[in-house]
Amino acid sequence: MTSLRIFFYGGQMTYRALFYWLTPQIYVPSLLVAPIFQILLFVYIGRSAGLESDQFYVVGNAIQYAAIPCLFAMTQMIGGERYQNTLSAILVSPARRIPLFFGRAVPVVLNGAFVSAFSLTAGAIILGVEIPRSAVPGLAFVIVVAAFSCTGLGLINAALSLRIRENAVLSNVIFGFLLIFTGANVPLDELPNWMSTAAQALPFTHAIEAARELADGASIVSVADLIGAELVIGLMYAFVGYGLLRFMEVQSRTHASLERS
Amino acid sequence: MTHAFRLFWFSWLFNMKNLTTSGFFILNATISPVFFATIAHYMFESGSRPGSLLFASLGAGMMGIWSSVLFGSGGLIQWQRWQGTLEYVIGVPPRLFQVVLPMTIATASIGLYSIASTLLWGWAIFDLPLDFAHPVWFVVALVAAIVSLGLLGLVMSSTFVLMRNANSLSNLLEYPIWLVTGLLISLSLLPGWTRPISYILAPTWGIKGLRDAAMGGNPGPAVAACLVLGLVYLVIGHFTLGYFEVRARRSATLALR
Repeated sequence: MTSLRIFFYGGQMTYRALFYWLTPQIYVPSLLVAPIFQILLFVYIGRSAGLESDQFYVVGNAIQYAAIPCLFAMTQMIGGERYQNTLSAILVSPARRIPLFFGRAVPVVLNGAFVSAFSLTAGAIILGVEIPRSAVPGLAFVIVVAAFSCTGLGLINAALSLRIRENAVLSNVIFGFLLIFTGANVPLDELPNWMSTAAQALPFTHAIEAARELADGASIVSVADLIGAELVIGLMYAFVGYGLLRFMEVQSRTHASLERS
Repeated sequence: MTHAFRLFWFSWLFNMKNLTTSGFFILNATISPVFFATIAHYMFESGSRPGSLLFASLGAGMMGIWSSVLFGSGGLIQWQRWQGTLEYVIGVPPRLFQVVLPMTIATASIGLYSIASTLLWGWAIFDLPLDFAHPVWFVVALVAAIVSLGLLGLVMSSTFVLMRNANSLSNLLEYPIWLVTGLLISLSLLPGWTRPISYILAPTWGIKGLRDAAMGGNPGPAVAACLVLGLVYLVIGHFTLGYFEVRARRSATLALR
């Protein structure tokens, strides 16, 4: 019962506390308007290059932009505690770590999915991309899975932020890699082999492919393998991220580096 | 005159060194443009525009200069405020304008890392030949682009500070300016109503000058446009900075966030 309370209530409370500054004046330009311009930029580059349809870039970039809220927010959810000088109080508590850390990921996943869904909807409307109504439930599910998968990677990023000072830079670098490798803008078969192989182990790759097929009219059953792969990748990252967090926690205690930034 | 030049030179040098020690600035100035150059390269190579690597590398480099100016100059006064140095910046005998100008030019100059990184990346990874059509003009165009963007930064530094959420404004303006100034696309692809916006923004002419100098063309008009726009920004920045200073002194809000 206590674990459930820590998971749901603790996660929600932490999100509200650490993101007290995320007012609509900041949220709207940074997380709702910016992704639309990312979509527009790549749509126009795509038109200039004569490579793929507008739909290709709208779907790819809308899903990939979930990386911004998922990576940055997950890092802030753990690393932010250190800057608020509350991390030591949390880590000294007897709370079980799984609900403690994963509970914090729930609002991040939901926010990432919302940003992604909004970008997809707005991008499709602005550019006149038609998405069949029947694809909407499937797309919604894929978006949530993609946000979950990237939040798993965000957990690793969060753990590293206990050691690395420039975690915003690290998040930007990961965002850039995801932009190139996941096929959001360049079809995977146009990338060098090693890049398209590496992409198979990254968040978003399978979700973007599944979402594109759904937008083309495929049924959710026909993309179940892609969604399953995305889910497994997300779980793997979450597992590794959790392990890394525990490792960093032990290291921080051993070297008394918890409050060092 | 000598004093003003000395002030400019040492302030620029100091701020270049200061920004160079910031991992955030340097990594963002070097790595992010390389990501965009890479994506654009693969998109153009896979599509119907192979051989556009120099076009993409220069555009991505200019994207880095714009990002440096946007975040460096846009948040410059707020940054001084957070560090507790704004009172000194305003209290010293030289005019505020003379102190801030080299700072904004320095934020644009950091963009040199962006151009260098995208060109070297293209050369090392994609065999981009670095034999520019007009090498001397390329240097002139690069200096003109940096100065005009730095002067645009002067306007931004004094106007963004009047907004409570200047950082989110910076986040908002990154992609639209990349798009509307044609850094990775041809301006003719954009709707006609965007054209006047493109023409009043220095990156449009900066990238045109660089491309004309590197790929063959007449960079003179674009360089001249950069300089004319720079003068306009200088006049606007002079007044907006003066307005900020008077307002902050009158309402005693200099150190208030």
